[in-house]
Amino acid sequence: MTPMTEEQHNLAVDNPKMTARDVKVFYGPKQAIKGVSIDVDMDHVTAFIGPSGCGKSTFLRTLNRMNDTVASARVEGAITLDGEDIYAPSMDVVQLRARVGMVFQKPNPFPKSIYENIAYGPRIHGLAASKADMDVIVEKSLRRAGLWEEVKDRLQDSGTALSGGQQQRLCIGRAIAVEPEVILMDEPCSALDPIATAKIEELIHELRGRYAIVIVTHNMQQAARVSQRTAFFHLGELVEYGVTSEIFTNPRQERTKDYITGRYG
Amino acid sequence: MTGPAILLLLAGLGAIAWVSARARALRLQTVARATGRRDAVHSLPGYHGWYVALWTLIPAGIFLAVWANVAPGLVTQSVLTDPAAQSLPADGFARSAILGEARAIASGLQAAAFNPASEALVEPYRTALTEYGIAGAVLALILAFAGGAYAFTRVRPDFRARTRVERLVMASLLIASLLAIITTLGIVASLLWESFRFFSMVNPLDFLFGVKWSPQSAAMGYGNKDAFGAVPLFWGTIFIGAIIAMIVAIPLGLMSAVYLTQYASPTVRKWMKPMLEVLAGVPTVVYGYFAALTVAPALRDLAVSIGIHGASSESALAAGLVMGVMIIPFVSSMADDSIAAVPQSMRDGSLAMGATTSETITRVLVPAALPGVVGGVLLAVSRAIGETMIVVMAAGLAANLTLNPFASVTTVTTQIVQLLTGDQEFDSAKTLAAFALGLVLFIVTLLLNIVALRVVKKYREAYE
Ligand SMILES: Nc1ncnc2c1ncn2[C@@H]1O[C@H](COP(=O)(O)OP(=O)(O)OP(=O)(O)O)[C@@H](O)[C@H]1O
Ligand SMILES: [Mg+2]
Repeated sequence: MTPMTEEQHNLAVDNPKMTARDVKVFYGPKQAIKGVSIDVDMDHVTAFIGPSGCGKSTFLRTLNRMNDTVASARVEGAITLDGEDIYAPSMDVVQLRARVGMVFQKPNPFPKSIYENIAYGPRIHGLAASKADMDVIVEKSLRRAGLWEEVKDRLQDSGTALSGGQQQRLCIGRAIAVEPEVILMDEPCSALDPIATAKIEELIHELRGRYAIVIVTHNMQQAARVSQRTAFFHLGELVEYGVTSEIFTNPRQERTKDYITGRYG
Repeated sequence: MTGPAILLLLAGLGAIAWVSARARALRLQTVARATGRRDAVHSLPGYHGWYVALWTLIPAGIFLAVWANVAPGLVTQSVLTDPAAQSLPADGFARSAILGEARAIASGLQAAAFNPASEALVEPYRTALTEYGIAGAVLALILAFAGGAYAFTRVRPDFRARTRVERLVMASLLIASLLAIITTLGIVASLLWESFRFFSMVNPLDFLFGVKWSPQSAAMGYGNKDAFGAVPLFWGTIFIGAIIAMIVAIPLGLMSAVYLTQYASPTVRKWMKPMLEVLAGVPTVVYGYFAALTVAPALRDLAVSIGIHGASSESALAAGLVMGVMIIPFVSSMADDSIAAVPQSMRDGSLAMGATTSETITRVLVPAALPGVVGGVLLAVSRAIGETMIVVMAAGLAANLTLNPFASVTTVTTQIVQLLTGDQEFDSAKTLAAFALGLVLFIVTLLLNIVALRVVKKYREAYE
């Protein structure tokens, strides 16, 4: 593996959960990610920031191979989860995605009941032996997602009938239900109001430590509030990666500084 | 004066009206513009032209349309006052036969009379026709002039001809759409009326719940009681259109939709979708002879070879299978639309949970698309049960109440064709039964369509 250059990174991650080395992503002939190397830390929340179109979502989606679903996408480089190459032919994508869960920008609950939304993952992965097991998983996941108190009396209602913020927490609960190790969140609050956003941020705090969390956000304050590590992307490159407080107060790169002070993006 | 001549004349008048009104507007507006006030001029001269032309044509046109319907009655009235008409027989049928013949000769459709009684009436008819023809033409022309003149006096620089023309255009569009609705209502009314006549001869309960269908025996004078039990027809229709055809069309249609939306590469999709749609454009009569000449004999041979009794050369299965194939494009294109309407985020959500593509399809996409698919299937059923050609050619005429798909059954549409072809008296129960069957078919398809459209609409709203 190529070591990370000191210039890019002022941080040696102690407990890397996932590592990426020289990752390049192409959409057809167009290159969207131009050689990114980064370690995702188990114990901290990592934020990806950067102007629109810089490749944050694209890179995030390489981490659980969601880019496989885009016909034109091609990924080069090495990405590991617990030291295991996730692009190796022997890797089972289905298992990988159960270990690396994902929450999307727009809440996308299935048009099924709240209960069935949570039970969906455990059911396809065979995590519950009985109905009672499943009830336990559903309750535990909804509690962790901070939604249990609000929905415990109407688990059979449709998931799409919840408010936007509740739907997003339902989607987080759905991801949690399969006991993932990493949770990737792509702008999870961009469709929510400030109160619902605050709830999700609180939730991220509570989930930290149990799961490695990566969150893409356009909101600097949010990145500063929820993350301990921040990566700044620009034009498909990882410009700077470091401790959040340092990135925001004392960026090493001119481009990072320009972005954070609002000069572009 | 003849019809085409009047129409030509009117068209000429309209053109003159257009040209002169336009010229007048142009002249007046040039003068008005010179005053320099911004609101002095409203519409372009062309609109004034149209305004006057339409005023010339529309009242006269409406009058002609009404006249064409009223005049024949008036002509007959005046002929009946003629002394020669006093000798006409009182009986309605003979009387109208003679009058009809006289009229045909008078208007040059027929060369000579079969009935000497008509001969005497030809002359009165001829004069009456000419008189009323001239009267109509004159009245139409007067109306055209009056309308045109009225409109022409309104041509002023600031007259809002453009708004008026717009309103007239809207009105004519409204009338065009009303026409289709009125036609439908007329058809329904005639269906209702003829069915009512039928049900005054045959008890509706016997018709709807009776199990014996043999209109021939009624026609031969054995009474209406046991001849018009339509249950075997309803059963045959459902058996072929709603059961056998759907067993073929639903899975195949759904699977091809899933393949086309989820698995097929864009190139494959680009080729396969139009090809499926071509299937929908094949004339049903082609399917019909395919069913009758190829599928049905093959099925009979198959049935015989595996020892099934009662196999007929015209079978429910043959008609149903071919009809199913015919329906596949309907089911698949409705299913295709509704699967494609399920947001991509649903699919991503499922895949990101570690579901495989087929798990995603069966557990998320198809359930989410289900209302749309159900709507499509209902529309397909309503089409299948109204389908005529295939069953006429392949299903047979025997009104059997059977579960054996190799046996011959008959359907509502087949029997309607059967009852109405050939020489028929128009007021026998046998002929009128066709209308009662048509009414039932109409009501059932209407209900199916309403339910289907509701389901589809409700589902569409859920994602928008
Ligand atoms: N499916 C795709 N096909 C082709 N090009 C794509 C596709 N998805 C993304 N791209 C391109 O890749 C580049 C990176 O896109 P990406 O969505 O990763 O940006 P982003 O940083 O997430 O932006 P945003 O903040 O607006 O979400 C963009 O130029 C985009 O146009
Ligand atoms: Mg993005």
